[in-house]
Amino acid sequence: MKSAMFFPDTVVLARRNFKRLLRTPQILAFATIQPVMFVLLFRYVFGADILFGLQRAGWKYEYADYLIPGILVQVTSFGSIAAAVGIAADMGSGIMDRFRSLPMSQAAVLTGRTVSDIARQLMTVTIILIVGTMVGFRFHNGIAGAVGAIGMALLFGFAMAWFFAWVGLRVTDAEAVQTAGFIPIFPLVFLSGAFTPITGLPPILEAFARNQPLTHVVSAIRGLAQGSDMPLTADTNHHIIMATIWCVGSIVIFGYMSIRKFTKAA
Amino acid sequence: MISVTDVRKAFGDTQALDGVSMEVEAGTVFGLLGPNGAGKTTLVRVLATLMKPDSGHATINGVDVVAHPDKIRSIIGLAGQFAAVDPLLTGRENLEMVGRLYRLSSAESKKRADETLERLSLTDAANRLVKTYSGGMRRRLDLGASLVGRAHVMILDEPTTGLDPRTRLELWSFLEDLVRDGITVLLTTQYLEEADRLARQIMVIDHGRVIAQGTADELKNTLGGDVIDLRFVAGTNFASAIDALREVAKSKIETQPEELRASIPVETGAEDLIRTVRLLDQNGLRVDDLVLRRPTLDDVFLSLTGKATESEPAPQQAASGKRGAK
Repeated sequence: MKSAMFFPDTVVLARRNFKRLLRTPQILAFATIQPVMFVLLFRYVFGADILFGLQRAGWKYEYADYLIPGILVQVTSFGSIAAAVGIAADMGSGIMDRFRSLPMSQAAVLTGRTVSDIARQLMTVTIILIVGTMVGFRFHNGIAGAVGAIGMALLFGFAMAWFFAWVGLRVTDAEAVQTAGFIPIFPLVFLSGAFTPITGLPPILEAFARNQPLTHVVSAIRGLAQGSDMPLTADTNHHIIMATIWCVGSIVIFGYMSIRKFTKAA
Repeated sequence: MISVTDVRKAFGDTQALDGVSMEVEAGTVFGLLGPNGAGKTTLVRVLATLMKPDSGHATINGVDVVAHPDKIRSIIGLAGQFAAVDPLLTGRENLEMVGRLYRLSSAESKKRADETLERLSLTDAANRLVKTYSGGMRRRLDLGASLVGRAHVMILDEPTTGLDPRTRLELWSFLEDLVRDGITVLLTTQYLEEADRLARQIMVIDHGRVIAQGTADELKNTLGGDVIDLRFVAGTNFASAIDALREVAKSKIETQPEELRASIPVETGAEDLIRTVRLLDQNGLRVDDLVLRRPTLDDVFLSLTGKATESEPAPQQAASGKRGAK
């Protein structure tokens, strides 16, 4: 692998993946239908009850303002499974042999995938923000906070894409990956305070929920979007630091392991 | 040119390549023949830098495939039996992408893509998504993708498997054009007719070993002589009929008992045909079809790999390829 080819080849392959994405809008639609349903379900079915509890804990805004940052994490988590599916599908088709037989950067096969994933995540994030705005969500912490919140969601999406790239290289069965991907993601999303504050859990579960990476990411995004001037968002800076460490660490570790696995495999 | 010396590769207990050596002259088609699982694809993957051999050496244009995979990748084009093109890109986008990955500039990639589409008669379909292409069009595009980078050496793994006869003929004449332009082609195939028509040199491998090598004519001559094809009338005792004719055969008789057909390799066509007729007559055997013909590569292949069915054990080792001591 020559490093000079790494960036141009990443761009070539990211463009390829992005074109594929635009030509299969149903994938994007299915990836956002579920989170949109969660938005509607939580906002209108449980919203009033949850808001009551939130206000007692000092939340100043609407329930949608609390919920949408959590939904962003949900949508980027589920969406990142696509990286594993895409890589597994490529591995199962002849096109991976073509890439491997070309005088290109082999690492770019993976970075082309994860970089195109950021563009995809930006699209799903935009859809959620539009739907969120329709049900009452607003950013209350200025433009810098809004940009920071979206940036954190995308950083998290990029980290998850690398984790799932690594999974996709190991499982190499597109359909199995699709199913297997949901198994770790589901409990992590539900135990992250994405929809409701973390309270009333059994002690061990609560300790896990308060310290697992998705909790830091959800809290960081929420604090950035709505400001850290409420009891529920008082620890925002701590969460931003922890979330960044988790995300950057995952990118480095899973990026390294994926690229090593991919370039060594022969 | 391609040079392979004593290449070995094992997968667990299976020795996929068990000491294969070969030389492919520049600007020729080299046909690699063998039954499924013979090791053809493994050899292709080694040469295409997709797999490292356990031992042995392989060079293309003097460059070692293990030591300098990047150099190899810029001079080879690989196309396989599963079209490695992206169905969600158009034909032109596929070729431009591969051109870029072959390190051509953006403008050069576009130019080469257009030229290649023209050459493959895909210009009309250039802007359609590949998922709308027919199987033959995809295969042509796949071949084209291996050409955009101006490869000197094409490595084609069963390029016509699963194609209809007309498309196969088109691909053959396309490959012949390539060779006229000086490109070296290594072709694996299960179609002996394909090797016979395209390849100057043919190598037959089985169980990872080379079992025969030479031009199509040389291989046919190793079988020697001619072949008598016959079909007995219904109700014939096939096994005893074959026994009765065994003395004219100079090596194993290929038989299809269900159809009462047999192919008898013989030394000298006309004389042996007369002897056969005489033996049939003496034994009261009746046939409704009897032909004398030159051997085809199929006969060579069957006699070398022993993949044909037999009514009785062969008088000699099937894979030795030597003349029977009759």
